[in-house]
Amino acid sequence: MFAYIIRRVLYAVPILIGVNLLTFLLFFVVNSPDDMAVSQLGEKYVTPEAIAAWKTKNGYDKPLFLNASNTGLESLTDTIFFTKSVKLFAFDFGRSESGRDITSDVSTRMWPSLAVALPTFIIGIWVNICVALLVVMFHATRLDRWAVFLFVSLMSISYLFYIIGGQYLVAKTWKLVPISGFHADGQAWKFLILPVLVGVVAGIGSGARWYRTLFLEEANQDYVRTARAKGASEISILFRHILPNALIPILTGVVVLIPSLFMGGLLIESFFGIPGLGSYMLDAIKSQDFAIVRSMVFIGSILYIFGLILTDISYTWADPRVRLS
Amino acid sequence: MKPILLWSDTLVFLLVITLVLFFYRLRHDPQTRERWSQVFSTRLGMVTFTVILTYVGIALLDSLHFRKALDTPAAATGDTGAAAQEVFYNNKVSSVLDVLLGGMGERFERTYSAPFALLSFEKKNMKDEQGRAVRDFPPLEHAGQHLADPADKWPDVLARSGTALLWGILLSALWLAPQWLLLRHSPHPWHASWAVQAVVLCLGVWAVSISRYYHILGTDLGGADVLYQSLKGVRTGVLLGTLSTLIMLPIAVTLGVMAGYFKGWVDDLVQYLYTTLSSIPGILLIAASVLLFQVYIDLNPDFFSIGMEKADARFIALCFILGVTSWSTLCRLIRAETLKISQLEYVQAAHAFGVSHTRILGRHILPNVVHIIMITFVLDFSALVLAEAVLSYIGVGIDPSMGSWGNMINGARSELSRQPPVWWTLTGAFFFMFALVLAANLFSDLVRDAFDPRSGRRRSET
Repeated sequence: MFAYIIRRVLYAVPILIGVNLLTFLLFFVVNSPDDMAVSQLGEKYVTPEAIAAWKTKNGYDKPLFLNASNTGLESLTDTIFFTKSVKLFAFDFGRSESGRDITSDVSTRMWPSLAVALPTFIIGIWVNICVALLVVMFHATRLDRWAVFLFVSLMSISYLFYIIGGQYLVAKTWKLVPISGFHADGQAWKFLILPVLVGVVAGIGSGARWYRTLFLEEANQDYVRTARAKGASEISILFRHILPNALIPILTGVVVLIPSLFMGGLLIESFFGIPGLGSYMLDAIKSQDFAIVRSMVFIGSILYIFGLILTDISYTWADPRVRLS
Repeated sequence: MKPILLWSDTLVFLLVITLVLFFYRLRHDPQTRERWSQVFSTRLGMVTFTVILTYVGIALLDSLHFRKALDTPAAATGDTGAAAQEVFYNNKVSSVLDVLLGGMGERFERTYSAPFALLSFEKKNMKDEQGRAVRDFPPLEHAGQHLADPADKWPDVLARSGTALLWGILLSALWLAPQWLLLRHSPHPWHASWAVQAVVLCLGVWAVSISRYYHILGTDLGGADVLYQSLKGVRTGVLLGTLSTLIMLPIAVTLGVMAGYFKGWVDDLVQYLYTTLSSIPGILLIAASVLLFQVYIDLNPDFFSIGMEKADARFIALCFILGVTSWSTLCRLIRAETLKISQLEYVQAAHAFGVSHTRILGRHILPNVVHIIMITFVLDFSALVLAEAVLSYIGVGIDPSMGSWGNMINGARSELSRQPPVWWTLTGAFFFMFALVLAANLFSDLVRDAFDPRSGRRRSET
């Protein structure tokens, strides 16, 4: 088991190097630091001196890969590639274009993100599975067909409308909770209810439909027919036969998302004014702060790969047939 | 009048030609015929397909662009013959759709106005008949001008709707009669499609005729007609959904088939590529790419002669970026399917006979992964239409000068907090988007049921 995990982590290294190279190409080769300086400074203030000053201030005044003015190891480390890209592996994210320390920003902002994303995730899965089981119970009836139609309709509504509608109804018309904002202390739940509710409702359409397909696939297996033949009740077939067996495909789709919960949701955080990583990314994109975008790409990739490893490990727990080797 | 061919127009007409050729070649293939006939044997299939075709039709009409010639002043034409020959063109690009809508997009108001309203949404300082300064809602410039008394508004709307409906029914009868003559003995439920066509035609006639006297869905912040904006959003949505998939297909199919067929280091490389790409958070990758392209456009402004071309370049770039960043899922599916197929006996036999790799790939492998491509094409379409709205909200979507539902939502999202709320822009975008995405989702379910061998087995068991 331990050896397996070590090997999986080692497999992740080339992928991270690939991500790193790709972002480097995208941010420094396709778009030169000069272009970035121009877009950061704005049209008005573009002079060669201003560009040079901006590059020096942000550490972009070095050669890309090889610094010929230095000798030995220095010629490799005193480059943009080393200072901006390789250092990401040591979780040294450097400073944003506006001069803030990205590492400390990330470590404070991930908790509000998690406070929204984790309840949404858990309640969402629970609600979706319950709804899907309910629909599977009425399989091949008129109710089932209308339920599927309802799921597809819910899926066809843009996420933006769920947020706008939720804010308008719950917060503005009924005045049950504040429209947006965040509070770190005991009052936090007031601000969290609506984002979580919107997140869960928005996910029902695609989620419940997906779980329904998984359950139906299991419901057509031979062991279900056998269970029915021996006289097991429909309820016990559903909960004792279908649900545990459907756990494996569920895990495949769900576990990989767990680490990424730290990243939060872009839309939900910006609409509800939650100071998490999602709104951090959105602000970075809007102000064209490439240093933050670069760091977040790297963090996101690490979390995703970590999720893949977690998925493999969770199989051993859920499926006794799987042996990691 | 001078026709304009934007890059996206070229691509979309190419796409239409490709699709037509593709299905024309497949018309005698019994398996494909049977599967499509399964899709169209249901009323739901007919209805959703007609709705999708309506959207595609609007998008294609809106893709035939031209620039209107400006009226040359009479004085200028007098002096020399050469100067008179020179015609100046309007900087604004119009499309055939604009002509069909009868100038719906040219009736601007000052700012917001509610659907069917006669007065503006915001008060303004005005002079009344006695010359006193008053602060009141000014009347709209293009709504209810023909009414003597504002109280006549609703009877007038009803009367005009009645006339429009009659014309709509007449038009539908003319439009549907040839179809009925051709297809009345067909086993497929064409009547469902005809019903939708009739409704669409009646609605269209109604909208065009009423919009000459009222703003059916009101106007937005800049005073533009919301119904017109929503209709303009159709082209953006449809094109984004199809062009991105079109760009993604060759990459995904080539790499996927090669990985599954050649195995070995090719497989390793392709797997590495798509794992790397899919491990980057999609939205960040798209946002970063769009921002980088935006910097490029800003630094090279002389590339584009008119504003529309700039917006179009950004749109094409967005399609490319969405295509290039989203091929990993399809590639994985095709790789798995190819792996499975290349183990089958007939492929082994082809190998034994010494058939070349290209021939095996072209004749034995590719036709057997077509169903995956088709399912993905329809499935991705709705996801891309929805993604456009989110990207526009983040600020990396369609250029604001190009109408799109995402931009409409983005512009109106905080206006619900006004008193009274401005709900009509959101409603317009919502319904146009919802109808398209719902139709595409329902249709894709049917296509998947018909083409996916797995779902076929599932159905026969139950």
